Amino acid sequence: MNKENHHIVPYWVYFAVLGALLFLTLITVLITRIELGALNTAAAMLIASVKGLIVLLYFMHLKFDQKIYGIMVGLVTAVFIAVIIITFFDYFYR
Amino acid sequence: MNEERTEKSYLEMETKYKGIFAWIFSTDHKRIGLLYLYSIAVMFIVGAILGLLMKFELVAPGKTIMGAQTYNGVFTLHGIIMIFLIVVPGLPAVFGNFMLPLMIGAKDVAFPKLNLMSWWIYIIGAVVAISSQFMGGGAPDTGWTFYAPYSFQTDTNMLPAVLGAFILGFSSILTGLNFIVTMHRMRAPGMGWFKMPLFPWTLYGTAWIQLLATPVVGITLLMVVAERVLQIGFFDPALGGDPVLYQHLFWIYSHPAVYIMILPAMGAISEIIPTFARKSIFGYKAIVASTMAIAFVGYFVWGHHMFTSGMSGTALYTFSILTFLVAIPSAIKVFNWVSTLHKASIHSSVPFFWAISFIFVFMIGGLSGLVLGALATNVHLHDTAFVVAHFHFIVFGGTGFAFMAAIHYWFPKFYGRMYDKAWAKIGWVVFVIGFLSLYLPMFYLGIAGMPRRYYDYLPEFHGPNILSSLGAFVMITGLVIIITNLVRSARNGEIASKDPWKGRTLEWTVDSPPSLENFDEIPEVVHGPYDYSIEEKQSGKVN
Amino acid sequence: MHRDDEASKIGMWLFIFTEILLFGGLFVVYSVYRYIHPEAFKLAGEELDWVIGTVNTVILLISSMTIAMSISAIQKKDKKLALGLLYATFIMALIFLVNKYFEWNLKFDHGFYPSSEVLQELGHGTILFFGLYFFMTGLHAFHIVVGMVFIGFIIYYVHKDRITFDNHQLLENGGLYWHLVDLIWIFLFPLFYLIH
Repeated sequence: MNKENHHIVPYWVYFAVLGALLFLTLITVLITRIELGALNTAAAMLIASVKGLIVLLYFMHLKFDQKIYGIMVGLVTAVFIAVIIITFFDYFYR
Repeated sequence: MNEERTEKSYLEMETKYKGIFAWIFSTDHKRIGLLYLYSIAVMFIVGAILGLLMKFELVAPGKTIMGAQTYNGVFTLHGIIMIFLIVVPGLPAVFGNFMLPLMIGAKDVAFPKLNLMSWWIYIIGAVVAISSQFMGGGAPDTGWTFYAPYSFQTDTNMLPAVLGAFILGFSSILTGLNFIVTMHRMRAPGMGWFKMPLFPWTLYGTAWIQLLATPVVGITLLMVVAERVLQIGFFDPALGGDPVLYQHLFWIYSHPAVYIMILPAMGAISEIIPTFARKSIFGYKAIVASTMAIAFVGYFVWGHHMFTSGMSGTALYTFSILTFLVAIPSAIKVFNWVSTLHKASIHSSVPFFWAISFIFVFMIGGLSGLVLGALATNVHLHDTAFVVAHFHFIVFGGTGFAFMAAIHYWFPKFYGRMYDKAWAKIGWVVFVIGFLSLYLPMFYLGIAGMPRRYYDYLPEFHGPNILSSLGAFVMITGLVIIITNLVRSARNGEIASKDPWKGRTLEWTVDSPPSLENFDEIPEVVHGPYDYSIEEKQSGKVN
Repeated sequence: MHRDDEASKIGMWLFIFTEILLFGGLFVVYSVYRYIHPEAFKLAGEELDWVIGTVNTVILLISSMTIAMSISAIQKKDKKLALGLLYATFIMALIFLVNKYFEWNLKFDHGFYPSSEVLQELGHGTILFFGLYFFMTGLHAFHIVVGMVFIGFIIYYVHKDRITFDNHQLLENGGLYWHLVDLIWIFLFPLFYLIH
């Protein structure tokens, strides 16, 4: 029943994850200093999404858990993004 | 038929608490279900009286018993009570709590203490919301929809109303959370997902909506509070805000909310029809798929409440198309229910009558929804009595009739007693006549141009309004008959057996009323639900 | 009743989903108003101190690592390390809040707060930006406070050996909650501090 609890994530993995997150944070700060217009937001959000994914997979253990958790997270994210997109069907085309 | 009980009934269990405390501090899902039943019944009577007062006012043009401001307060409170305190909690809180563990072969829900907390939050939310009637500023007059900018400009007591609704949201969320975990973890051995009965399936879809949609209205209501208290500007045009954005956020919850209302109702119907048809439900998998489809697509149609608000053309036709799409799975369910009756051995009874009349009024409500979902007709009908007719048919007719069906169906399991069947039939007949008379004229009135949420109307609308208001009185009479019958029968009705209806789902295998832990032994499930063998069908009528 | 850790975990994830949608509503508002007032949002964003923002981001990321590590520590029966990591998480949360406090005070001193005259002068886009800034970072800070209470309880239970190597779902759940708080900040940070 609790197979995941027997899986112990080694400390170095968490250090590596932090390293990646700090690196990506640095990239975000640097990339937003360059004037890219609308792409600035897109770039920042893309990097934030990658950071978020790393947090979900490693810190929140999704990589090592049963698939159902990942499926739920995916579906909830999809619903949320769909809601934003559909809201923009109004604002973008006004 | 007296069967030997091995354990005491949950109604008589002694706990460390005495008297009423043994109920309001109970973590037993069955007692909590009844706590919800009684709270909801009390709130429903209040809401119904408010409705009756409105019909009194509308029996003639001009002021009859109240002026405009009072009328606005009455329809606002009527809506708040009916939506947030009755139909949203409704079937899940009462029948979900009582029946879900029984139907999946469990002893309780996953988090019994959290379950009790959900009920307490419901009570606190109700008190806070209703307190809005009694403070200095006067009763809220925005409608239950709290539209900006009026909701932050009105001097009436918006904060308790809005905060009450916010608190009630937590009750809904926690119930949904509890049910999802319960179904994932506590199904009896052998009961795979596709052996689970249909009522739990609808509770599952509903629970996800409760979980994901409610927080959106929660944060929106907090934004309204921020407008009133801090002038934060999100919805205030003077500060750069867009009132239409309020509408978007509000309906992103409130449309899925109607699926919270209707899915468990459909689930109850899906239980009742096979039982009284003595036949397995037609298209079990199609109904499961339709349930999930309704829950999912239902998130994306909210804009059909906003067709006249000034949205872009793209938004208009996107929402209209999706609205027509979401109607399809509901129609599939209706086909399946009716198909179940084909060549079935129908045993008539009051739950069955409620179920059949549910299909009738739900179809009227649903079809009128298509009229509203079409852009061209919507412009003409938005904010008229037609809309009022539509949602009363589909919500009151839908959730309400299903609630009636469910309470009569599961009554013997709740109390171990049967209601008086003759009075139950009379109550049903009177209620349905009153209901149709009350709401059908509103379709005509809306098309003819009578606006909603007005205490007055043009003289040409007088005739149908008289019919409608009379219908209200007849319907309330029916309601009194039904409730009186149920209350008296709970105490003095004929003793009922484990399985008076010859049902085939697990709740009918335990005592009526069940013992505290439901099952002496957790069952090992082999068959699917609604498994009527040929011998059973040929064995003839059972009372 | 037999303990079901998996049920507890699913319950925590479901709660996290509600939080995503709760903040989600605010992200909808943000995205709409940023779309409508791109220039004003840019200018307003420059009023915020990106250095404090970055420092706070780093603090929160490290605190996520420490609480995640504390789970491995407790699984390895290293109670001392687990406690050390949990205390570190708690302290970093506190530092985050202190930073926030100074940030907000600076803003208030300069006349930036909902319904202020300074904001009125600067126009609609700026009013909306700062309304969103205070509301969203305020709601986030509230969640940090709740998280600290949660971690406080966990620290107490670890001390008392009520959380152990074979009974630590509560710690895992606390970790999940904390990572959620971190996740929200990961998106808030660029949206408020990095528009130039």
